[in-house]
Amino acid sequence: MHPAFSVIFLTTLIGAGQGLFLALYTGQVYNTFGVVGDAMPQQALYIAGTVIVTVLMALGLFASFFHLGRPERAWRAATMWRTSWLAREVIVLPAFAGTAFIWGALHYLGIDPVIFTTGTVEVKLTLLVGLVAGVLAFLLYVCTGMIYAAVKFIQEWATPLTIVNYTLLGLASGFSLAAALSAHYCSTLVDAYALWALVFTLVGFVSRMFALRRNGRLKRKSTACTAIGVRHPKITQISQGAMGGSFNTREFFHHKSPQFLQTVKVFFLIAVFIVPVTLVVIGWSNQFAVVLLAAALIQYVGLLAERWFFFAQANHPQNLYYQAT
Amino acid sequence: MTQLALVIDLNVCVGCSACVTSCKEWNTSSEGGGGMVDKNPYGKDPTGTFFNRVQTFEVGEYPNVETVHFPKSCLHCEDPPCVPVCPTGASYKRKEDGIVLVDYDKCIGCKYCSWACPYGAREIDEKQKVMKKCTLCVDRIYDTTLPEARRKPACVLACPTSARLFGDVHDPMSEVSVAINERGGYQLMPEWGTRPSNHYLPRRKMKAQVTEESLNRIDNPLKKEEQRAPVSSDLPSLDDFLF
Repeated sequence: MHPAFSVIFLTTLIGAGQGLFLALYTGQVYNTFGVVGDAMPQQALYIAGTVIVTVLMALGLFASFFHLGRPERAWRAATMWRTSWLAREVIVLPAFAGTAFIWGALHYLGIDPVIFTTGTVEVKLTLLVGLVAGVLAFLLYVCTGMIYAAVKFIQEWATPLTIVNYTLLGLASGFSLAAALSAHYCSTLVDAYALWALVFTLVGFVSRMFALRRNGRLKRKSTACTAIGVRHPKITQISQGAMGGSFNTREFFHHKSPQFLQTVKVFFLIAVFIVPVTLVVIGWSNQFAVVLLAAALIQYVGLLAERWFFFAQANHPQNLYYQAT
Repeated sequence: MTQLALVIDLNVCVGCSACVTSCKEWNTSSEGGGGMVDKNPYGKDPTGTFFNRVQTFEVGEYPNVETVHFPKSCLHCEDPPCVPVCPTGASYKRKEDGIVLVDYDKCIGCKYCSWACPYGAREIDEKQKVMKKCTLCVDRIYDTTLPEARRKPACVLACPTSARLFGDVHDPMSEVSVAINERGGYQLMPEWGTRPSNHYLPRRKMKAQVTEESLNRIDNPLKKEEQRAPVSSDLPSLDDFLF
C-alpha cells in the first residue's frame, strides 16, 4: 500500500495521546488507592498532561483531514457505525478526546466531589470520568487497529496482532511521554511510568517481531491464476490497460526499492525499541527529564517509520492486475 | 431477485479496447455523475479515471504461449466487501437489481472502499475527489426513451465480437445464465467469498479432431475394386469368361 502521511500522523499521534491519557489516569488510580504511596496532589501534572493529550488528538484529527478528498463532508463519516470500523473510529475519537478534556478540566476547575467511599478510599468524580475516558481510549485502539485488520484481502494486516501492536506501541509512546512529563514535575509517578514504558516497549517489541515473522512467511491466497481464472504456472502480464499509471498503481504500491524497505525496518526497530529502552533506563536511574523526553521523541519518530513500514509492507491483491505497463 | 451483471467471453475478446472508449465516452458525456476526469491527457504523465480496462496477459512460454485479453471492471459482487466498510453509506448495493453504486454527493473520498476491493475496481476521481466505479450504465439501461435493444451498457453495445453479454444472472433462463452454465463461466478470486456477479467465459481450444482413419477409410466402398488379389497370368481371369 502507499503510505499516506496523513494516516501515519493520525495513527501515531492519537496512539500517543491515548497512551498519555491512560498513563495520567493510571497515576490517578495509583494515588487514589495509595499504590505508590504518594499523597501529593498531581494537579499540575494532570492539567499539563491533558493539554498535551488534547493537542495530540487535535493534531491527529487535523492530519486525518488531509486523507479525505472531501473533508467538508467528514461529518457524514459517523453514519455507518453498524458496519464500518472507520465510522466507529470517527465516533470514538472525539468521544475519547472530549471525555479526556473534561477529566482535565475538572481537575483544573477543582470540581471533584466525592461520589462514594469504599473502605477508606474516596472515589471522586474525576476517577469515574477518567474511567470512562480510559475505556474509550482502549476502544479507540481497537477501532484504529480493526480498520486495518478488518480488510481480509490485505493479509499482512488481517491478524489480531495488528490491534495488539497498535495498542502496545501507542501505550509505549504515551507512557514514555508521561515518564518525561512526570520527571519534569518531579512527581513520584516517574518510577511507575518509566517501568510501564519499558514493559510496553518490550512487550510491543515481541509482538511486533511476531507480526514481522508472520508477514515474512505469508502464503498468498490470491495468485495470477485466481486473478484472471487461467490455470497455468506461468502467467505474465504484458499490458495493464493504461500506460501513464492510474489510481491503482499509485494507491496500492510504495514505489520504493526492497532495500529502502529493509532500511526503514531496521531503523524503526532501533528507534522504537532499542534506543528508547536504553534512554529510559538511563533517564530513570538518573532522574534526567531531558533524557526521558529524548526517549519519547525518538520513539515517536521511530513510530512514524514503523507506521510507514506497516503500510508499505502490505501487498494488496489488486496489484496482481498491475504487474507491468 | 434480480442481479444484473456482465459475462465476458475471453474466448472471443480481441483486446480492441472499444469497451473502454465507449465506457469513457458514455460516462463522460452522460447527464449527472460529473464525468470521468483526464489529467494531462496529452502531457508527459497522462492519467485519468476509467471504469473498465482491457489488460493483456501472456500464458505459457514460447512457443506454447497464448495471449489472453482480459477486460476488468467492477464485478458487482453479491457480497460486496466495499459496501460495509464505507463510513458514510455512500457506497451501496441496490436491492432491486444488485448494482453496486457510489452516491457521489455522500462520498468523502477516504479511499477505504478501494482498499477493501480485492479487484482494484474502484478509482478516485482526481477532480471531484470522490470514488468512482462502473455503474453498469445505470443511466441508460432503464432509459425508456432509448429503443429496447439499446438499453444495455455502453461497453456491451460497443463490443465488435460480442464478447460482452449483459443480463440477469439470477434468472436461469437468461442469456447470461445459459452462457455461464453451458460454457463454464467462472468468477474471479473465488477465495475471498465476494461472489462476483460478473462472470468470465474461459478460452476454448478450437481443435478439429481429424484422425488418419477418417481421412482414409479402410472399408471405403469406392476403393473396394482397387484391392484386387494379385493376378497370375497362368490362371484364367474374369475377363476370359466375360464377352
